[in-house]
Amino acid sequence: MSAFRLLVQRDLRLALRQGGDAAMVVGFFVLATILFPFGVGPEPELLARIAAGILWVTALLAALLSLERLFQADWEDGSLEALSLMPLPLEAQVLAKCLAHWLVTGLPLSATAPLLALLLQLDAAGYKVLVASLLLGTPTLSLIGAVGAALSLGARRGGVLLSLLMLPLYIPVLIFGVGAIEASIGGFGVGPHLLLLGALLAGALPLAPLAAAAALRQALE
Amino acid sequence: MSEAIARFLAMGGYAAYVWPAYGLTLCVLGGLLWWSLASYRRSRRTLERLQGGREP
Amino acid sequence: MNLHRFANPARFMRLSSALLPWCGAGAAALIGIGLYLALFIAPPDYQQGEAVRIMFVHVPAAWMASLVYALMALASAIALIWRHPLADIAALSAAPLGAGFTLLCLVTGSLWGERMWGTWWVWDARLTSVLVLFFLYLGYLALVNAFDEPGRGARAGAILALVGIVNLPIIKFSVDWWNTLHQPASVFRLGGPTIDASMLWPLAIMVLGFMLFFATLLLVRMRTTLIEAKIRVLLLSEIERHAAASPRQAVAS
Repeated sequence: MSAFRLLVQRDLRLALRQGGDAAMVVGFFVLATILFPFGVGPEPELLARIAAGILWVTALLAALLSLERLFQADWEDGSLEALSLMPLPLEAQVLAKCLAHWLVTGLPLSATAPLLALLLQLDAAGYKVLVASLLLGTPTLSLIGAVGAALSLGARRGGVLLSLLMLPLYIPVLIFGVGAIEASIGGFGVGPHLLLLGALLAGALPLAPLAAAAALRQALE
Repeated sequence: MSEAIARFLAMGGYAAYVWPAYGLTLCVLGGLLWWSLASYRRSRRTLERLQGGREP
Repeated sequence: MNLHRFANPARFMRLSSALLPWCGAGAAALIGIGLYLALFIAPPDYQQGEAVRIMFVHVPAAWMASLVYALMALASAIALIWRHPLADIAALSAAPLGAGFTLLCLVTGSLWGERMWGTWWVWDARLTSVLVLFFLYLGYLALVNAFDEPGRGARAGAILALVGIVNLPIIKFSVDWWNTLHQPASVFRLGGPTIDASMLWPLAIMVLGFMLFFATLLLVRMRTTLIEAKIRVLLLSEIERHAAASPRQAVAS
């Protein structure tokens, strides 16, 4: 377990030293969200109506943005090879990397979202669920994304390819994330949506590291 | 006779939906068939040329 | 039975060349008969009128879209676990065919939907999950072709194919789990099909015809890939022969 913690700490340190991945992701999130009032017009009713969708879609794209680098730096400088020789199984290492990735993307995104929701006139009833759904949904995005990042290692145009592979798989998370917020604004129960988001996370937690580790092994062959 | 054909082609007023569906089916299946067979023939010709070129 | 007996490419070439004419003739005959039954013999639906004839191409395409993906995932699993050389080739050869069937399913469904529901597209669970299937096929093809070393692309694609299989149960059960416009299953269901025999027969023949069509093209495409591999080996040996011959030329001159 201490090896796991060390790995998370190492990734966090690297992310912070490289000039703030988190700041970049949040910056993209804020700017992309701000584009929408210019694109669809500043009417408060319209913005309030689509706020949940805008926030979730831009958060999803922001999380996708930093995924390409998840394994790439380690792969290029050969430390991935060294890590694969560690006694800690590769699956656990992937999990550690996902946790680090979530801490510098998903967590700050969830923290910024209420502020942007204010700008988009989101209904007051939706704030708590917005944060809850992002906190439950973004770890799944990091986990599924890790599979894509591992698969596209060394590919031509890896970044574009990664989005092409991952966006279809992100759709369920998006549907239930937005669904929870809409349900809370509409006065319905949010339990089922959040439970489904939790179920997606519970499914991705064991399966995604398995697949990503398999992809990393074949990339190292 | 021609009236029967016209009635068949009209598809009970749904001609604009039924015929494109069937036409597209033939296009997609035919396209896959043509593409697969063309690359098959091309690779076979290349192989024959290579093997023919090697034998004295 | 020893599976690796069939792994031998030479044996596959012999077996497939014996099978190909039968598959091809069967596919042509069944699709021909199926089209005749679907267009001339099957009765118009009491609700949908003649528009129901779209079903005879839409439903087989939809089943093939899922079936081909399941086969592709199975072949990928075999390729990953047993390193079976033909399994990789089978998965690679099946993907464009599956993408074609999925596209067909989406477009014919759209035509049917415009007539029956009054809209080309609705964002319901069944339609969305089939659209995701289409993107999975495209993503698989993009990934497989994104590497300079072909073996690497095939292995990465195999893992992606296995990850994407979570989509198949969603497609199958989407009409039961969510209230959607798309009608629920009427052929494979507990308590027997709800579809009339006069429509079931043409449908069954069309489905068989599509399956044989797929089998034919799969064999053709696999043969093509094997021949191309042989061509690469021949070209390489030719280059080596030239390389071995040129030093002697240099000495002679």
